[in-house]
Amino acid sequence: MSTYAKKQGFGATLWDYLTTVDHKKIAILYLIAGGVFFVLGGLEAMFIRIQLAIPNNDFVSAGFYNEILTMHGTTMIFLAAMPLVFAMMNAVVPLQIGARDVAFPFLNSLGFWLFFFGGLFLNLSWFMGGAPDAGWTSYASLSLHSPGHGVDFYILGLQISGLGTLIAGINFLATIINMRTPGMTYMRMPLFTWSTFVVSALILFAFPPLTVGLVLLMFDRMFGSNFFDVAAGGNTIIWEHLFWIFGHPEVYILILPAFGIFSEILATFSRKRLFGYSSMVFATVLIGFLGFMVWAHHMFTVGLGPIANAIFAVATMAIAVPTGIKIFNWLLTMWGGSVKFTVPMLYAVAFIPSFTMGGVTGIMNAVAPADYIFHDTYFVVAHFHYVIVGGVVFGLLAGVTFYWPKMFGTMLNETLGKISFWTFLIGFHLTFFIQHFLGLMGMPRRIFTFLDNQGLNTGNMISTVGAFFMAFAVIVLVINIIITSVKNVKVGNDPWGDGRTLEWAISSPPPYYNFKQLPLVRGLDAYWVEKMDGKTEMTPAEPLGDIHMPNSSILPLTTSLGLFVAAFGALYNMDDDKTWTVPVIIIGLLITLGSMLIRSIKDDHGYHIHKEELTDDHDKGVKA
Amino acid sequence: MVNERLNSANPSFDLKYRRKKNAEEMKHQVITFAMMIFFTLIAFAAVGFDFSKWFIKPVILLLAVVQVIFQLYYFMHMKHKGHNTIALFLFSGLAVGLLTVLTFLTIVWW
Repeated sequence: MSTYAKKQGFGATLWDYLTTVDHKKIAILYLIAGGVFFVLGGLEAMFIRIQLAIPNNDFVSAGFYNEILTMHGTTMIFLAAMPLVFAMMNAVVPLQIGARDVAFPFLNSLGFWLFFFGGLFLNLSWFMGGAPDAGWTSYASLSLHSPGHGVDFYILGLQISGLGTLIAGINFLATIINMRTPGMTYMRMPLFTWSTFVVSALILFAFPPLTVGLVLLMFDRMFGSNFFDVAAGGNTIIWEHLFWIFGHPEVYILILPAFGIFSEILATFSRKRLFGYSSMVFATVLIGFLGFMVWAHHMFTVGLGPIANAIFAVATMAIAVPTGIKIFNWLLTMWGGSVKFTVPMLYAVAFIPSFTMGGVTGIMNAVAPADYIFHDTYFVVAHFHYVIVGGVVFGLLAGVTFYWPKMFGTMLNETLGKISFWTFLIGFHLTFFIQHFLGLMGMPRRIFTFLDNQGLNTGNMISTVGAFFMAFAVIVLVINIIITSVKNVKVGNDPWGDGRTLEWAISSPPPYYNFKQLPLVRGLDAYWVEKMDGKTEMTPAEPLGDIHMPNSSILPLTTSLGLFVAAFGALYNMDDDKTWTVPVIIIGLLITLGSMLIRSIKDDHGYHIHKEELTDDHDKGVKA
Repeated sequence: MVNERLNSANPSFDLKYRRKKNAEEMKHQVITFAMMIFFTLIAFAAVGFDFSKWFIKPVILLLAVVQVIFQLYYFMHMKHKGHNTIALFLFSGLAVGLLTVLTFLTIVWW
């Protein structure tokens, strides 16, 4: 259990990770799973760009292209960006607020395994009759008529992984509200914790509409109901509303943690307090709040009428105000600071102009009349890749590099990191900048090929070349990770040298019980406050005492596995010729309900680490 | 909630004060309970007496809202201290939900 534990066999390590309820290990699980899905989604992106490199290409067929395109979007949003964000949150937030763990360690594990099996289920569609092909938005007018089981994989897979996300969000809310260490008031919380808090609230309110939408779509496809079937009196627009009531907050769920990570990085490497901390908090909350009133800007061309379009256009433009506050605060954090250009800082500095460009095209899209021109062209593709790659992916790459020592105790190589950064930055702008113009020239989204002599050849070729630059950057990053892990040179508490917040006051990686004694927070940037007083560690807020720890458990995995199994039965149940489906559903649900029953009736009070074991455990392994 | 916030393990600590508080609490609960029954009677009566639909519907909805507030604040103790966060999330969720309903009523169905 302990990070100082003696060498153990592969089987023991595997079992440890399968049953762990420790937030730091769950963070690593999220990182690995999210990283694998990120590479998978990246491969799909490469196939898209190869197909579109030259006119009239036949690298993939039109139908297969639709599947790749759908899976690229779905994988990147739900299975790569979300878990990587959760990896960062799990690794950092409990340490930043000085908590022992998240509020519900068991649920934390359950959230991960639900996400994992949902993602696995979705991706198994490739081998079981074809992936979903109705776009990541899966508009009902299209998805209801999609042949095969692709869309059913989408519905059930996202339903399972969405459950995991909802659980994780609620867990972080409870953690941040209840488990802050003495002195850590709301207005002393680091910005990353604040953004996690707001994001968790967004998850709490945004995922239920998706769940409802998916359930209705599931009934339409599997049980012959007619919620969205216009021919039978349904209304296909309802899906679009439900999807975007979820979908718009979802993009803020992704970007706000990136904002939080950048706020930490910019303050750390400018060696200055974050400029305008309280206005940053205000802006984060305001973005979260406004994020719920703008979803219909995805639907301007649906025909909602001029009044609805005008309201949603104005609300959308209003979001530029808090975002602008943030941009200026970041710039002013660097202003006059003693800036050190490490790899995370490079990402942070590059993020500001890149994301602002995405924001500017966002405002252009928000102008409803102009959107009639932009809608469903590559202009929109360029816009959202500028905010998602230039914001979220930069944020995650920066965050992974920044927090790598805290998660694994080793530093990623700076030179390789800089190679990754520059190739990724160049590749990113090369790929997506030209797409603005392709869109304005009239190239529609989601088409699998284009004709020659339409002026689209050069632009698409440039875009494809840029994609290869990004692929190269990711390969270098993977090599960097492998080299770093093999060398395994351990570092101390504060390897960047300028850590400001609590997580840098504890060893890297932290012991499994986190802070031995809860630290006393005496101001914003708690560790920095102590450093400025000439101290090297935090003042404890409590005497050394027994620490109550949760027991590991395999039940989260089995609970999720049951739903995974049942989903196969549910998926094939609509085929009349398959009789095995009902038993499979029953077996799956029995596994899930059985696991829940065991969890309910078995008393599991956890265990205590006794004071005596804690007194000096620096070198010897602590028994868990 | 008030009674649970004790610094002393002594059960007779501040007994008089707590008794008084409890009595007051009980009074509030009985009053709200009576009012809720009364509201229900009004709702049934409004339907029974066959008033105009445009009168009955808003009145019943209004009474329902008041009853929910009573339920939350008096029976589920939200009026006590330490429920600010709960109230914040409850009402944010309500706002998101009502916004959805409003959208459906205005631009989806009619």
